Amino acid sequence: MHEITLTVNGVVRQAAVPARRLLSDCLRHDLGLTGTHVGCEHGVCGCCTVLLDGEPVRSCLTFAVTVDGRDITTVEGLAGQDGTLSPVQRAFAECHGLQCGFCTPGFLCTVTALLRDNPAPSDEEVLEGISGNLCRCTGYQNIVKSVHRAAEIMAEES
Amino acid sequence: MKPPPFEYHAPRSLGEALDALAGAGEHGKVLAGGQSLIPLLNMRLAAPAHLVDINRLAELAAVDVEPGGVRVGALARHAQVERSEEVAAAQPLLRQALRLVAHPVIRNRGTVVGSLAHADPAAELPAVLTLLRGSVRLARPGAVRDVAAEDFFTGPLESAMEAGELAVSAFFPAPPPRSGTAFREVARRHGDYALAGIAALVALDDDLRITSATVACVSLGPVPVLVDVTDAVGHRPPDSADWASAARAVADRIEPEADIHATVAYRRHLAGVLTEQALRDAAREAVDA
Repeated sequence: MHEITLTVNGVVRQAAVPARRLLSDCLRHDLGLTGTHVGCEHGVCGCCTVLLDGEPVRSCLTFAVTVDGRDITTVEGLAGQDGTLSPVQRAFAECHGLQCGFCTPGFLCTVTALLRDNPAPSDEEVLEGISGNLCRCTGYQNIVKSVHRAAEIMAEES
Repeated sequence: MKPPPFEYHAPRSLGEALDALAGAGEHGKVLAGGQSLIPLLNMRLAAPAHLVDINRLAELAAVDVEPGGVRVGALARHAQVERSEEVAAAQPLLRQALRLVAHPVIRNRGTVVGSLAHADPAAELPAVLTLLRGSVRLARPGAVRDVAAEDFFTGPLESAMEAGELAVSAFFPAPPPRSGTAFREVARRHGDYALAGIAALVALDDDLRITSATVACVSLGPVPVLVDVTDAVGHRPPDSADWASAARAVADRIEPEADIHATVAYRRHLAGVLTEQALRDAAREAVDA
């Protein structure tokens, strides 16, 4: 077992994990943060996407021991301290950017980083940005709408 | 869908990493970005007894633009190389190809050298290294050697790397003067492995006549196939070059395999079409250079 320390959503957390523990499983099982969803477990679906030092990565293709000492943001960490939803979360709610919700945590993390790096993406840039996330409800039209709406909200509030 | 158990090594220096790998021998595997290795572990297609995690070796993350080309360290992520303006200026084909590698989120973690070491003939970067006649630097305790791309890729997922060796960097030579590059591929969905892909390099002389035209093929053989089509296109200006003849030369040369996504005939057809498109793009870039 390996003792690791992760800063998850601003909170320092410790866990004892075997080397083969995937970050996705560490977050869900060891730390009780079940917001990160696990779909395909080979990097195709994007459900498990979290932010590692701010950059979106697949938590199912990352070992928890590898990221010992690093900073992780999961879907639970996107809202404000008082529970106010982030602009991306509000836009997804407003534009019906989620149906069953299974893929949503991955989309929210991916889009949060996308809009931070590119606050006013074109249609093409949005499609490229979310191309690694699958939605089995096929709600892509409203997801794309949500991304543009989130960009609007962020521009209004800045 | 969980990885099998393994002994984990977290070296803090290159020396420690090489010792750990040498100790593990043929039972050892290097973990860098993990975007190819961890799926193989999760699906239990690989079960190395030892994993040597090089993610703490910040010294290996360097990307150095040298006069002769770009040297990419073993821990440099796809995204880091793709976003570098310096790299794009020194060797434009890297960014052209990296934009076709999987999805942005995978590129945040996956490494350029890892993709070369994985030696997947369906991947873009092995074709880039082959086309540019680059090389991979391999290290073991007390010894370093450079292996040219043409000798490095030996079969599907097979390379000249020996047990206990670490690929510490790769070198992508700068383009010759008055040259252009292009990368074209067809995938069922953007970001998927290509059904077929072509990287092209065209160089011109001072009178804008073609002096050299080469392509490297993706998903069209067991290794990235390099085809010199200079004679087929003719030593002429790009406007009057015989691109169709080059396309036929490539289609004749390759030995693609069929799978559930494409037949041999379809792959061969794609190879011809993509060759012509990529060569035209590369020639246009060369004229504008």
